[in-house]
Amino acid sequence: MHGLDSGRLLLICAAGVVTVCGIAYTAAVGLVDPQIAVAFGVLVAAGELARLTMPGNREVAPIGAAAALGYTLLLDVGGVPAEHSALQVVAVMSAGMILGALPHLAVGRPPQLDAIARRLLSGALLAFAYRPLAPALYDTTGDGKGTWWAVLGVMAVLITAMLAADVVIAALLRAEQVRTAFRVAIRDELRMAAPLGAAVAASGTLLVLASHSMNLAALVVFAAPLLVTQVAFRKYAGIRATYLQTVRALARVTEVGGYVEPGHSRRVSRMSVAIGRELGMAEPELLELEYAALMHDIGQLSLRDPIPGGATVLTDPRTARSIAELGSEVIRKTGVLDRVADIVRHQGDPFGGPEPPPPLASRIIKAANAYDDLVGGSTDRDRAAAALERLRLDGGDEYDPVVVESMAKVIERTGPDNHL
Amino acid sequence: MRELPWPAKIYLVAVVAVAAGLIGRGLIFSEHLGQDEWPTLLVLALLFLVCESVPTLLNVQSAAMSVSFSAALAAVVLVGSVGAALVGATAVLSVRPGLPPHKRLFNGAQFAICGYAAGWVFESLGGHRTIVSDHRFADLLGPFTGAAAVFVPLNFVLFAVMLSLAGQLRTEEVPLRGLAQFFISYLGYATFGLLIAGLWATVQSISAVLVLLPLFIARWAFGQYLAQQRSYDATIAALCQAVETKDYYTRGHCTRVSAASTMIAQEIGMGPERMRAIGYAGMLHDVGKLGVPTKVLQKEGGLTEEELAAIQLHPMRGLEIVRGIDFLDEAFAGIMHHHERQDGRGYPMGLAGDEIPEFARVIAVADAFDSMTSDRAYRKAKSIEEAVAELRKGAGTQFDPDMVGAFIRAVDRRGWDPPGKVAAPKADEVVETVAKDHDDPTSPIEVVSER
Repeated sequence: MHGLDSGRLLLICAAGVVTVCGIAYTAAVGLVDPQIAVAFGVLVAAGELARLTMPGNREVAPIGAAAALGYTLLLDVGGVPAEHSALQVVAVMSAGMILGALPHLAVGRPPQLDAIARRLLSGALLAFAYRPLAPALYDTTGDGKGTWWAVLGVMAVLITAMLAADVVIAALLRAEQVRTAFRVAIRDELRMAAPLGAAVAASGTLLVLASHSMNLAALVVFAAPLLVTQVAFRKYAGIRATYLQTVRALARVTEVGGYVEPGHSRRVSRMSVAIGRELGMAEPELLELEYAALMHDIGQLSLRDPIPGGATVLTDPRTARSIAELGSEVIRKTGVLDRVADIVRHQGDPFGGPEPPPPLASRIIKAANAYDDLVGGSTDRDRAAAALERLRLDGGDEYDPVVVESMAKVIERTGPDNHL
Repeated sequence: MRELPWPAKIYLVAVVAVAAGLIGRGLIFSEHLGQDEWPTLLVLALLFLVCESVPTLLNVQSAAMSVSFSAALAAVVLVGSVGAALVGATAVLSVRPGLPPHKRLFNGAQFAICGYAAGWVFESLGGHRTIVSDHRFADLLGPFTGAAAVFVPLNFVLFAVMLSLAGQLRTEEVPLRGLAQFFISYLGYATFGLLIAGLWATVQSISAVLVLLPLFIARWAFGQYLAQQRSYDATIAALCQAVETKDYYTRGHCTRVSAASTMIAQEIGMGPERMRAIGYAGMLHDVGKLGVPTKVLQKEGGLTEEELAAIQLHPMRGLEIVRGIDFLDEAFAGIMHHHERQDGRGYPMGLAGDEIPEFARVIAVADAFDSMTSDRAYRKAKSIEEAVAELRKGAGTQFDPDMVGAFIRAVDRRGWDPPGKVAAPKADEVVETVAKDHDDPTSPIEVVSER
């Protein structure tokens, strides 16, 4: 379990308070339209059960979110107006979520508390904004027989606002958690949330309309389009995770073959990613940086024999350059990781050389690699400080001073052993 | 058009004529299409065109199909048989660059016929356009199911006849599994059509947007998934080849073992998921070899016990490397035990017979076969026949006879492409060669006693 930072703690507490209020209120006044509440609650639970983890360790539950959205925005079921309050929405939502999370808990996969809290809170926000308007909105449709355009417009505006709020909360949390700039986090979250968010919004609205024209039996059918979306995203998230695991695993062949110190690739990649974040790189760039850092020594596999003690800052520049070239060739053969190959190719280039400066990612790897060569897995603060000092001395010629300073910040924050 | 055989041409003309006839008759002789339905028809046709122009990748293996099916069925409900035929006919105009005109024509015509037939069934089962506006959703179900039940098989038959006349269809190439998948996805699309039709009275065209938006996003995500998948396969192959570059003669071994393992897996009827997994296992089976010191591999003559142990450790080393990759799962066992023997004299654990995991028994055969049919520094490659004979000889003692049988059948049917002659390294080129190949069953590694 990671330590909870203040933002996440606040969020979880807020969600807890809202949940308790919702359930207490509902228990006190009783459930309005219990059948509808149960039907939507079950759908929320099913969605929570089928939650998935998107790249970047982001937990989402699209079907649950759509069901919650549908229940929040519900105007009528088969022509009978729905009169549940915002607090009841919260109660149904949280009961469904808890129910759906139980089987996961039973097999030892607890939900990410902040993710589930965020799902609940954004749903609750929308409920508090929309439910008071519901009777008035239903009147504009002329008991459901007239035009629905006004209702659709209000729904669209409010859903958009909710999704925006959700993205902002997610970005705030992320910025705090992984130490990245807020504007970068907003962009990352938006990129991740937009497609799924649109699908969830469409399906939630669909549920409202379906409940109007048909009845509750149609709920399951109307979750079908989203089910297809969920399957697609699960596959996508799966391959992304596998990809990263595989590159991490295969990067270790250099260690098993005795070309580099054990743990070297992993440490360099962690340090590189931390520096990249510090410098405001966005997630796609960070992924390329991580791949390149993991595979930066892959070129050594083509060497006749391991360089004693591994290729280090002490290796002569010609060998280092050929390792970079060979590694870049290997990666280029994939036909898809061209930018990663480019980063690996330039990993040894000096910053202040006569040629134009190498890509930022290459400069980061160069510094992180040198640091790890000097410090290794050691946790000695003096050794870390000495290594940093040495990199600083070469700053401007060999290393990018900005990168070295970012590294100093990362080390100061996490300690020399770089437990991120 | 020219390359079509004449029966296919006649068929094409017939289908187009029937479609044109149906639409023409419907427009002239019946009042099926009221004035107020033209806007709906226009919107549906537009929707159909959009869908038809972006064939989904939701299901890649089967024929290119599209969400347009949902729009066509919605049209059956909303604008009747003639309307549905008209909507279907717009497939002629779809934006699909590179699609030859005769295919477009056929597409449009067959969609029109299917639409008309489905509409006819819908109406004869008591379905009518007013059902939707009256919110009698339950009454819609029966006729709609009938319409979909006609649309799908008719569509399929019209297409299949065309393909078989054009000589592009061989019956044995239609796998049952694919067919089932095809019908299930069409069933799904039918449901989406029902959703669009059911909500039309409330929010008109918005219903189509709401239903199809998640589908298009799913399509996009599937596209991303496939791109990542391809990229992943390429990456894993490139990294495995990088591990092999050190030894001049074993280059390409991993990809060939992967291919041979997949052939065996297919022959013994493994499911697609397991087949993919065994492909990766074959690819990764020797990554641990890098842990064996080069001097051991290059040593001439017998090895000491200790050096042999270093070689025999490589499956464990390989496992250690790939253990972090969750999804491989069953492949782990394949990598770890690919040097076990049926008689229990293999390594690293000395498992025998059925104790050896299935994946490992498959890889063992593929591994030995590729080693024998490749050039080595100390011998030339054997012919496929010789290698097969060696496999037969080892069946029961070293190899699982079932796997050997399966592999031989697969090679007989589909052939095998051996790596070809490896040019002897040039005199001035420094290459690494090994003095022994641990995979080669015909030249077992000798062990010399240290004392």
